[in-house]
Amino acid sequence: MIIFFAVFLLTLLVITAIAIVRTENLFVAVMLTSIFSLLMAANFFILDAADVALTEAAIGAGVTTVIFLSALSLTAERERSQTTAKWLTIGVVSVTALVLMYATFDKPLLGDPNAPVHQHVAPWYLENTPILIDIPNVVTAVLSSFRGYDTLGEVFVVFAACIGVLFLLSAGNGIKAEDETPKSQGLRHHLIPKVVGRLLVPFIVLFGLYVQFHGEYGPGGGFQAGAIIATAFILHALLEGERAALAAMPRAALLGMAVAGAMLYGMVGVVCIALGGNFLDYSVLHSNPVIGQQIGIIVIEAGVGITVCGALLSIFHAFTSRRGLN
Amino acid sequence: MSLVQHLSALQVVVPLLSAPLIVLLRPPGLAWAAATATSLMAFTIAIALAIGVSNGNNFAYEMGSWPAPYGITLGVDAFSAILLLITTGASSFALVGGKRSIDSQVEASRQPLFYSAWLLLLAGLVGIVVATDAFNIFVFMEISSLASYVLIAGGPDRRALPAVFKYLIMGTIGATFYLIGVGLIYMMTGTLNLADMAVRIQDVSDQSPILVAAGFITIGLALKAAVFPLHLWLPNAYTHAPHAVTVFLAACATKVALYVLIRFDFIVFQPNLAGHALQFAYFLMPLALLAIIVASAAALFEPNLKRLLAYSSVAQIGYISLGASLVSKAGLTASVLHIFNHSLAKGALFLSVACLAMGFSSTRLEALAGAGRTMPWTMAAFTIAGLSLIGVPGTAGFISKWYLISAVLNEGALGVGLAAVIVVSSLMAAVYIWKVIEVAYFQLPHDGSTAVREAPIELLAVTGLAALANIYYGLFSDVPVSLSSDAAQLLLGVTP
Amino acid sequence: MELLGYYNYWVFAILLVIGLYTVIAKGNLIKKLLGLSIFQSAVFLMYITMNKVEGGTAPIILKGATDQIFSNPLPQVLILTAIVVGVSTTAVGLAIVVRIKETYGSIEEHQIFEADQTP
Repeated sequence: MIIFFAVFLLTLLVITAIAIVRTENLFVAVMLTSIFSLLMAANFFILDAADVALTEAAIGAGVTTVIFLSALSLTAERERSQTTAKWLTIGVVSVTALVLMYATFDKPLLGDPNAPVHQHVAPWYLENTPILIDIPNVVTAVLSSFRGYDTLGEVFVVFAACIGVLFLLSAGNGIKAEDETPKSQGLRHHLIPKVVGRLLVPFIVLFGLYVQFHGEYGPGGGFQAGAIIATAFILHALLEGERAALAAMPRAALLGMAVAGAMLYGMVGVVCIALGGNFLDYSVLHSNPVIGQQIGIIVIEAGVGITVCGALLSIFHAFTSRRGLN
Repeated sequence: MSLVQHLSALQVVVPLLSAPLIVLLRPPGLAWAAATATSLMAFTIAIALAIGVSNGNNFAYEMGSWPAPYGITLGVDAFSAILLLITTGASSFALVGGKRSIDSQVEASRQPLFYSAWLLLLAGLVGIVVATDAFNIFVFMEISSLASYVLIAGGPDRRALPAVFKYLIMGTIGATFYLIGVGLIYMMTGTLNLADMAVRIQDVSDQSPILVAAGFITIGLALKAAVFPLHLWLPNAYTHAPHAVTVFLAACATKVALYVLIRFDFIVFQPNLAGHALQFAYFLMPLALLAIIVASAAALFEPNLKRLLAYSSVAQIGYISLGASLVSKAGLTASVLHIFNHSLAKGALFLSVACLAMGFSSTRLEALAGAGRTMPWTMAAFTIAGLSLIGVPGTAGFISKWYLISAVLNEGALGVGLAAVIVVSSLMAAVYIWKVIEVAYFQLPHDGSTAVREAPIELLAVTGLAALANIYYGLFSDVPVSLSSDAAQLLLGVTP
Repeated sequence: MELLGYYNYWVFAILLVIGLYTVIAKGNLIKKLLGLSIFQSAVFLMYITMNKVEGGTAPIILKGATDQIFSNPLPQVLILTAIVVGVSTTAVGLAIVVRIKETYGSIEEHQIFEADQTP
């Protein structure tokens, strides 16, 4: 039964992708991309990747769509150009596809528990997480502790994107939105979104906080939580307008959040060195190494959530407050 | 000092954690000072690591104290040490000398963000070099790529924007191809640690996903390293970037991608895949030759000085690939040595371009007429660095070309042909360097440019130092040569 | 299960080339970024496909329950990172596109190319 559903989802993915390529209206294309992300998230869920499904839904379907739409409002709505070198490209990419499909037949079967990928490292994580770290969600354990250095890198990727967008969109003379134009009043005059939205915002924030602190016990963690809380603030900004949103959370505070989260993560690592362990070795944070690990994980996840939230909001405001040189 | 054991981690952590702090520094000049101090600290750490490596220390480090392959480990060997030296060195030189150059191209209010991105680029590059885990390399590769996109688009030249967009697209495709390759290998071996991979791949080495993985990883890294014909993003990106940024990028960014490619190939694939050494050679050598010839030819006809030097870089990457494709100790030694010497030469050349740009309004060759008279010290440094690029005896470039030609001549008849290509391309380099010298020394300055004064003293000093380093390492080359041959030994000696 | 496994990998290959085609052949810069996004999502699908163990569930260990089969946690960690990296790249790419629109007045590749040829 599941098999048919999975096959159906996968086929829908391909159809959506083809539709994205062929449509000329960019707004439609972005909406289809959002649907594509949601289908992908559903697929991940079927494949037992709950954390990834949550992340893909929150970040892929949610945040990416918002950023694309704000960029679209500053550029163009329709695609105007011809497709270049169509047949040559089709030829090249078909060869790539065939090569990949050729490699398919030697791959381990889906779900085969004896496949190499399920030996060696994975069983060790599954066995030792209860002993060494004692939290139920193994993915969080691997993400924050065993491979915590990668996650540090990931936080800094988000930070780099944040300062990158801020740097690029602070150039030249885009008119800032501190002037009160009709657009910056948001949806204030539309009653239904306003009422419903105002009800939803606190619940979304609450859910985000739940996801943040329950990352060790169930699917969740800093990235998803940061994205969800950012979504709540973006909803608020859409409803109330740019000015009110920036009065509530000024740009400097957002940049400060991005910096603070990244530094929090890094400083945990430095503190670990100061206490005699290696970088990011949380077991020295407490006399009981297991508790030390849990403390470390909570703190760095908080750092991750703060940075992701601050960075995504900074990026959003950078786009929406830039008026083109019309 | 107990910090010594943490050195390989500190090499990454110091620039990485300084980047967010610099964003908060509003007063003008303070961001530059903090960035320069951090870069110099990183340079010191790199020197300490290099000294430790020549004493036999390999600085293996377990992040979070989890052993490999369950956790992520770092390691520094001779090959890494050379790359750490040139990366941190290039960053420090560019920052120390480039303050006024950057001031003239980036508005003061945006500079904290600019310098923060610079340090993120530095952290990303050194993070790649000390890594021993394939996915860790991917993460830091993306940090460095994002930061470099930002830096390239930082100047006032609007043509940087389409150039950096193209770089973003091609770079992301490259990184994603690398990710596909790593995924396929992980699927077949169950591990991400490079040394562990080399062991476990033996059981599955004849199956198709591994070969496909090797292909994807090679193409992905070749895109990042600007190996011909995937170099299309490089000329425009280097030309329109701010001048200090070009110094940093040209000296080390593509070399780090080549480092990963060579490392992956020699440590993971070659000992284990039958016939891979030949496949590697047949694949890489023609591309290297094409890079050398075509890019040198393009440089001959190029009217813009920065783009001329960018094409020259593509050709030099061809030399490095040629050495690697010989799959011999001599070839690899020449290759690694050229990584070092080329960054000295190109770094000095682009530093002199930064000097020239401070006086002249354009970097087109015709605009630089008479520079020899109005900016004599700058042109002197340029000439020395240019001679090193050509490979004139007495300069660093000569040493690596000499090693390359001797390595190539070991290959019999094919080797003679290759040596001929190297000599011809060096002559082409002589021609395009001469073009610049001719305009600078033998043409009269334009009317407006007689008021041009010499470059700011700090930039000039750094440029001169870089140029003199070319001569120093041309005459006393034992340190780079011994590190290079250690590196080659390591790369080849990993047979089980 | 076998068919589903192969189907997963084939869909990955098809999505990969759809994305790659869009990036190379389409001239509109935002379309290219959308194609890049599809291209990266395809890779995520491949990694997560290898994550599944037959009869297993998500790797969350419940206290007291023994004898559970879990799916592999490691690819999930890698893809979490990759998703975040992907969205960061998209954000920077879009910022560049906005700047291009402001300075060149167009986001179609051929128009930008022509604009740069004239001086």
